[in-house]
Amino acid sequence: MSEVTVRVQKVRTASLKRKLIFFGALAGLLVAASFFSSYLCPWDPYEQNLALAKAAPSADHLLGTDRYGRDMLSRVIAGSYTSILSTLLLVAFISVFGSIAGIFCAWSGKRLDTLVMRLADMFLAFPGLVFALAVAAVLGGGVQNAIFALAAISWPKYARLARSQTLAQQELPYMQAARMAGCGTLGLIRRHVVPNIAGPILVTAMLDIGTMMMELAGLSFLGLGAKPPIPEWGSMMSDTRNLLATHPWVTLAPGFAIFVSVMIFNLLGDTVRDWLDPKNRR
Amino acid sequence: MNYAARRLLQLIPILFGITFLSFLLMYMAGSDAVTEMYTNRGVEVAQEIIDARRAELGLDLPFWEQYLRWLWGMLHGDMGMSYVTGEPVFEAFLRKLPATLLLAVSVVMLTVVISIPCGIAAAIHRDKAIDLFLRFGSFIGNAMPNFFVAMLLMQFLGIQMGVLPVISGGMDGVSAIMPTLTLAIAMSAKYLRQVRSTVLEELNKEYVMGARARGVSERVILWKNVMKASLLTIMTLLALSIGSLLGGTAIIESIFMWDGVGKLAVDAINMRDYPLIQAYVMWMAIIYVMVNLAADLLYHHLDPRIRLGVSRS
Repeated sequence: MSEVTVRVQKVRTASLKRKLIFFGALAGLLVAASFFSSYLCPWDPYEQNLALAKAAPSADHLLGTDRYGRDMLSRVIAGSYTSILSTLLLVAFISVFGSIAGIFCAWSGKRLDTLVMRLADMFLAFPGLVFALAVAAVLGGGVQNAIFALAAISWPKYARLARSQTLAQQELPYMQAARMAGCGTLGLIRRHVVPNIAGPILVTAMLDIGTMMMELAGLSFLGLGAKPPIPEWGSMMSDTRNLLATHPWVTLAPGFAIFVSVMIFNLLGDTVRDWLDPKNRR
Repeated sequence: MNYAARRLLQLIPILFGITFLSFLLMYMAGSDAVTEMYTNRGVEVAQEIIDARRAELGLDLPFWEQYLRWLWGMLHGDMGMSYVTGEPVFEAFLRKLPATLLLAVSVVMLTVVISIPCGIAAAIHRDKAIDLFLRFGSFIGNAMPNFFVAMLLMQFLGIQMGVLPVISGGMDGVSAIMPTLTLAIAMSAKYLRQVRSTVLEELNKEYVMGARARGVSERVILWKNVMKASLLTIMTLLALSIGSLLGGTAIIESIFMWDGVGKLAVDAINMRDYPLIQAYVMWMAIIYVMVNLAADLLYHHLDPRIRLGVSRS
């Protein structure tokens, strides 16, 4: 490789590293803020004050108040707890569970493999949110049920990915060498398969955070997720949508919160993908 | 056996899966037609009457028997009655389907019109101002949930500028603009990137370099070679994205009061009208699977390497 190419590589790696640190810090800050949201609210997000209802943004209430006089800024901040943390929980759950199912499929006999993969195909046959909508409807709403509904439709993606990655690893000579050296199945999976397939799964999971956050908010918007008065961005928007014409800040503020959070996680996801791309690592 | 026949055969277990999951869902809902019907009418009846009615409808049978009976009825176009209106759910679904299909088709058309030229432009002018601008736009579009886009459009086009009606007043073209725009923005944002990367990949192939070396003009390379080769992938990706479109219509239809199956389903969910939800879920899945199959068959028909039996390398 010529010297120029190496230099270009180095510059690119360095700038990627800076981006990774920056967006990682931003996302970390967001997660920390949602975790400690109850300490960050300037006002009590549940406290109603009808005298102040539907107030325009002011120095006291930066985003104004909703129709019960609750401070919108506090409600948006408090909403991050449900919206962000339940999304992270959901993505963590489906990526771990789906990957375990996929690795298990790759390792088990043909019959079990076919069975689980056909099951995954069944779930993948339902378009987008349609099945999640029905599952959430049958379970009767609530954040937990919305998470469960989205998990039900999202695990097959990870199962397929982990399965194909594991099968590819199994073909490689080093696996046979490790096996001949006396490494048991569980040891092989833990020490060789998992570290080697973690990259693509991590990237998929990171890029999934934004999508899942929007879908979870979408279910809440339809009344199938968090229920009022619990502050959650999707249900807050649906709850206040008849105020759009007269008090747009009340309706649009939670939407902006979703937008900004999704953007931060997408930027981080893109950067992690570039970072793990072997082309950028020399 | 030829490819189409093999694909059709593979469809059978998938269709069984769809019907099974749809049935299981309602079975798990735990509320049955009889109790729900009496509750909706607001009458309190004796347990014996409920039991008798349940036996009459076959609701006391074991799970598998119920499933097979339901499947048999479904094959004859009978998907049960709505708990709320009492009309056959399949008819209600069919009546609302054209509105949703109309919306979906106009969204797909608008997406094609926006994202294919923009995607190609971004690919040709890679890393130039226009590419950065389009990528930025696509990034923004990707991070906005569709109900937020809907609210923004309502606020700016409907309320502040007053050019479009906020709530649909029927099935006319003007009412269709905002829901179409909402769904097309998100879809174009995603699709633009895919078009861009497909074209870029094609532009990096050796035959392009060969054509350039022989002095073939850029325009001919782009429109006669690169586009022809990319179009297949672009078509396939479009068919695959119809899934998320079908799911997205539910929220958007109910925001804009567009009278399609999505709104029907959301209303049914609020009323706990389970047979209607079941019909919606099942038929949406069947439509989705069929669209994918059609796209797949088209792809195989159009690709001469596959059609003529030359192995792909």
